[in-house]
Amino acid sequence: MLSYLIRRLILVLPVAFGVSVICFLLVQIAPGDPLTAIMPIDATAEEQAAMRAAYGLDKPLPIQYAVWIGNLVQGDMGKSIASGRPVATEVFGAVKNSLLLAASAAVIAFPIGVFLGFLAGYFQESWVDRCVTALSITGVSVPNYWLGIVLVIIFSVNLGWLPSMGAGPGGSGAWEWDWLHVRHLVLPAVTLAVVPIGIVSRTVRALSGDILTQDFVQALYAKGMSRVDVLRHVARNAAATALSVMGLQLGYLLGGSILIETVFNWPGSGFLLSNAIFQRDLPLLQGTILVLALFFVAMNLIVDVVQAAIDPRIQRT
Amino acid sequence: MSVTDVIPAADPGGPAQPLITVSGLRKYFPVRGGILGRTQAQVQAVDGVSFAVAEGETLGIVGESGCGKSTTAKLLIGLTERDAGEIVFDGEALGERLSLKDLRRGVQMVFQDSYATLNPRMTIEASVAFGAHVQGLDDPEGRARRLMDRVGLDPARFAHRYPHELSGGQRQRVNIARALAMSPRVVVLDEAVSALDKSVEAQVLNLLSDLRAEFGLTYIFISHDLNVVRYISDRILVMYLGEVVEIAPVDSIWEEQAHPYTRSLFSAMPSMDPDNRTEKPPLAGDPPNPINPPSGCRFHTRCRFASAVCKAAVPKLAGLDRNAAHMVACHLYDPASGHPDAGQGGLA
Amino acid sequence: MALAETSPVAPVQKPQGYWAGVGARLVRDPLTMICLGVVLLLILSAVFAPYLGLPDPYKGSMIARLKPLGTPGHILGTDEQGRDMFARLIYGGRLTLFIGLSPVVLAFFIGGVLGIVAGYVGGFVNTVIMRTVDVFFAFPSVLLAIAISGALGAGIVNSLVSLTIVFIPPIARVAEAVTSGVRALDYIDAARATGASALTVIRVHVIGNVLSPIFVYATSLTSVCMILAAGLSFLGIGVRPPEPEWGLMLNTLRSAIYVNPWLSALPGVMIFVTSLCLNLLSDGLRSAMNVRD
Repeated sequence: MLSYLIRRLILVLPVAFGVSVICFLLVQIAPGDPLTAIMPIDATAEEQAAMRAAYGLDKPLPIQYAVWIGNLVQGDMGKSIASGRPVATEVFGAVKNSLLLAASAAVIAFPIGVFLGFLAGYFQESWVDRCVTALSITGVSVPNYWLGIVLVIIFSVNLGWLPSMGAGPGGSGAWEWDWLHVRHLVLPAVTLAVVPIGIVSRTVRALSGDILTQDFVQALYAKGMSRVDVLRHVARNAAATALSVMGLQLGYLLGGSILIETVFNWPGSGFLLSNAIFQRDLPLLQGTILVLALFFVAMNLIVDVVQAAIDPRIQRT
Repeated sequence: MSVTDVIPAADPGGPAQPLITVSGLRKYFPVRGGILGRTQAQVQAVDGVSFAVAEGETLGIVGESGCGKSTTAKLLIGLTERDAGEIVFDGEALGERLSLKDLRRGVQMVFQDSYATLNPRMTIEASVAFGAHVQGLDDPEGRARRLMDRVGLDPARFAHRYPHELSGGQRQRVNIARALAMSPRVVVLDEAVSALDKSVEAQVLNLLSDLRAEFGLTYIFISHDLNVVRYISDRILVMYLGEVVEIAPVDSIWEEQAHPYTRSLFSAMPSMDPDNRTEKPPLAGDPPNPINPPSGCRFHTRCRFASAVCKAAVPKLAGLDRNAAHMVACHLYDPASGHPDAGQGGLA
Repeated sequence: MALAETSPVAPVQKPQGYWAGVGARLVRDPLTMICLGVVLLLILSAVFAPYLGLPDPYKGSMIARLKPLGTPGHILGTDEQGRDMFARLIYGGRLTLFIGLSPVVLAFFIGGVLGIVAGYVGGFVNTVIMRTVDVFFAFPSVLLAIAISGALGAGIVNSLVSLTIVFIPPIARVAEAVTSGVRALDYIDAARATGASALTVIRVHVIGNVLSPIFVYATSLTSVCMILAAGLSFLGIGVRPPEPEWGLMLNTLRSAIYVNPWLSALPGVMIFVTSLCLNLLSDGLRSAMNVRD
C-alpha cells in the first residue's frame, strides 16, 4: 500500500506541472498587453519599458514561467490588479466559501443519489426504476444556473421564504452556523446538488443492478444467506466505484459552482473568478484557476487511494 | 480458371533446402512495475528456439499452455517482434533480403478463436478478399469466392454474411480461405481446430490435409492435442517453457518419447484402452514461472530423473545415437554430461 | 471447376448489416424518435427563422417592455427592451445550437484521431498524447471552459475554441481505450498478417469497430456542451449582446425577475428541453448501437 501511495504521488507531479503550465499560459493567450491594465494611459515608452522590466515581462517565456513557479512555491501568487491585495489571500478566502457550498451540496446529493440509485437497481425494470431513471436524466440535463433562477422565483420572489443573494445578512461578512446564515445556503446548495444526484443515482443503479445479477449473488442466496446479508455483500462490492464517483463529483462541485455562485452572488471562488474576468484581473484569474485545479487533482488522488484501499481487485503493490 | 493456379511456382531456394529455417529465436516480454514503471522482470516466452521445415512437410508443435507455442507462431510471421534470432524463408533472411510484407505473403496464419479473428463489421467475402487487396493480387473478390467454394462454403449463400451468422466450423473455414487467399506457401495453424466440436474438428482436419496436397502447402501445426498433431504432422516438436526439448518424426516419437517431459505429456493423453490407463498423475504441479525459469534444464524441477547436472547445465538438442533424426535436449542421452544415468540408452 | 458467381444468389434470409439494424432499432424506439423530432424541429426553425414571418428579434420598443405571456402580438411577451420573446427564442436557437453542438463535432474528429492513433500505435506516442490529455483532465470541464473563455474574452469564436479544447480530452480518452481494446483482438493480428500497413489496418479494420462507441460517447457530451455554451454566454463571456442567445437572454432577463418572473425563466426552458432531448437521444443511440458503457 505504501509503495502504491508513493507511486501515485509521483504520478501526480507531472500532472501538477502540466496544470501549472496551462495556468501560466492562460495569461499569455489573453489578448492585449497585461501592462495596459496597470499603466496610466499617458505613460511614456520609457516608463512602459521600466515597468515591463520590473514585472519581468521582457524575459523569455520559460524564464517568466520559472520565476512565476518559484514565487508560487513560496506562496506568492502575485497581487490582484483590481484590489491590490495578494492573490493568495483573496483566493483562499473565496475557496473557503466555495468549499462550504460544495460540501453542503454533497451532503444533500450523495445520500439521496445512493438511495434512489439503489432502489432503481434493486427493483430493476419496475415503475420505481423508471421514475428514478427519468429523474436522474432530468437532473443531468437541467442547466443548473437556470434551475437556480427558477428556485429563486419560487422561494424568494413568490413565497418569500428564503433569501436569493449572498452568504449572510447584509451581503457577505463572516460565516456563522446560525439560521440567519444557513438560510442563505439552502437555495444554492440544493441547486448545486441536482446534477450530482442524477449522476450518483445513475451510477449506483447500474452498479447495484449489475452486481445483483451476478452469479455470486445467486450463490449467496443458495447458501441460505439472508436478504440483508446479501445486500451487505452487494454494497461492499459497489462501494469502491460509488465512492470514486462521489469523490470526483465533489471535485466537480467545487469547480462547477462558478455559475451557481454567480446566480446567488455567493462570495466564493466562482464569484471571484467572474469578477476577475470582467476586470481583466489576470493574476487573480490565474491564481483562482490554479488553486481550483490543484484541488481537483488532489481530490482525484484521494479518490484513487481510497478506492485502492477498499477494493481488493485493484493491485496496490 | 482453376483454384490451383492461384499458387505461384516461385522456388528460388530449390527443393533441397528447408523452406523455413528458424534459429535462436528469442522473445522476452518485459514485466513493468515499481514506482517508475521500469522493467522489473522478463517473461522468457521463447528462448533459443531453432528448427527447420522442409517444403511440403508438416511440423507439429506441442506443449502445455504457456510454453511459448503461440508466441513462436506470432514471431514466425512477425506479428510479434523478435528480440533475437533469424528467420529464413525460402533461402532469404527476414530483415535482409526479405521484407515483412513479402514474408507475410509467403507465410500465413490461422488463429484459434475463429470468431475473434474475423472483423465483426465485415462480410465474409470482404474478410477473405482483404489480404489479396493488400498484396495487390488481381480480382480479390473472385479469388475469395473461389476459395470459399473450395473450403466448403457456398459463396452464393455465405459471401455477404457476417461472422456472427456462422457456426464455429464455418468460421474456421473462412479463416482458412482467408489465409489461402494470399497464395501462401506456408500456413501456420495456431490451435486452429482446438475450439471446434470433435465431429467438426475431423472435417476441418480432412479439409486441411486435402488443401495441403492440392496446393502443395507446408504446415506448422500448433496444438495441445497430441492425437490431432499425430494425424496431420510428419514431425513433432515438443516445447517446454519457451525451449525445444524434443524434435522427432511422428512415428519415432510415438514409439519412444525420449525426453522425460515428452513422456509425461504423452502419458497424460486419454487412452481408449482400459488396460492402458495411467494411475498416477504424470506431472506434478504447474509449470514453473517463465519469469524466473529454473536453471540448467528447465524441466529439472518436475523431472523424476533429475540430478545435480540438470540443475547446473543446459542440455543441448542432439540426435539420438540410433536415430539422428530424433533429437532431444536431455542430459540422459549425453554420456559426457555427467548425469549418473546417462548413456544407458534412455529412460528406465 | 464451376465458379460460384454463376450460381443464382438465393439466400435463405437477407443478412443484415450493422447500420441497417441500428436504423431499424431506432425507428422502433418512440421516445428517441420524439427527441430526434424535437431537436430537428429546433434546428430547422433556427435555420429557417427568417422565413417564418417572425417579428424582428432586434427591434425593441420603450413602451412595450416586459409584456407578460399571451400579450396580443407577442405570444410569449417581450423582453427587457421590448423585443418579441418568441422571435428571440427561435432566433436564439441559431447561435445557441451552433455553439452548443459544433465543439463536440470538432472535438469528435480531433479527439477521435488522437485517441485512435494513441491506442493503435501505443508506446511513446501513446504516452505523449495520453499524458497531455491527463493534464486537461485535471480541470473540471466547467472550470476549463470558463478559464479559457475568460482569458480569451467574449466572442463566438473564442467560445468555440474553448469548448472544443474542453471536449477533446474526454473523447480522446474514450477513443484510446476503445482502440487499444480492439487493437488486442485477433482480427487485427489477422489483418496485420496480410502485410497491410498500419494506416490500412486502421482504415479498414479499426475505424469501423471503434466508431460507434466513440460516436455514442460524443453524442452524450452534446447536452453538457449545450449547457456549458449557454452558461458561458450567461456569464457574459460567450455571445455578446444584442445577439439573441438563450444563455445571454437568461442573463439579461435576470433584472426582470421581480417584474415578470416566469418570462425571465423562458430561455432556460429552451436550454433545458434541448439538453434533455439530446441526452435521451444519446441514450437511445447507445442502446440501438449496442454500445455498453
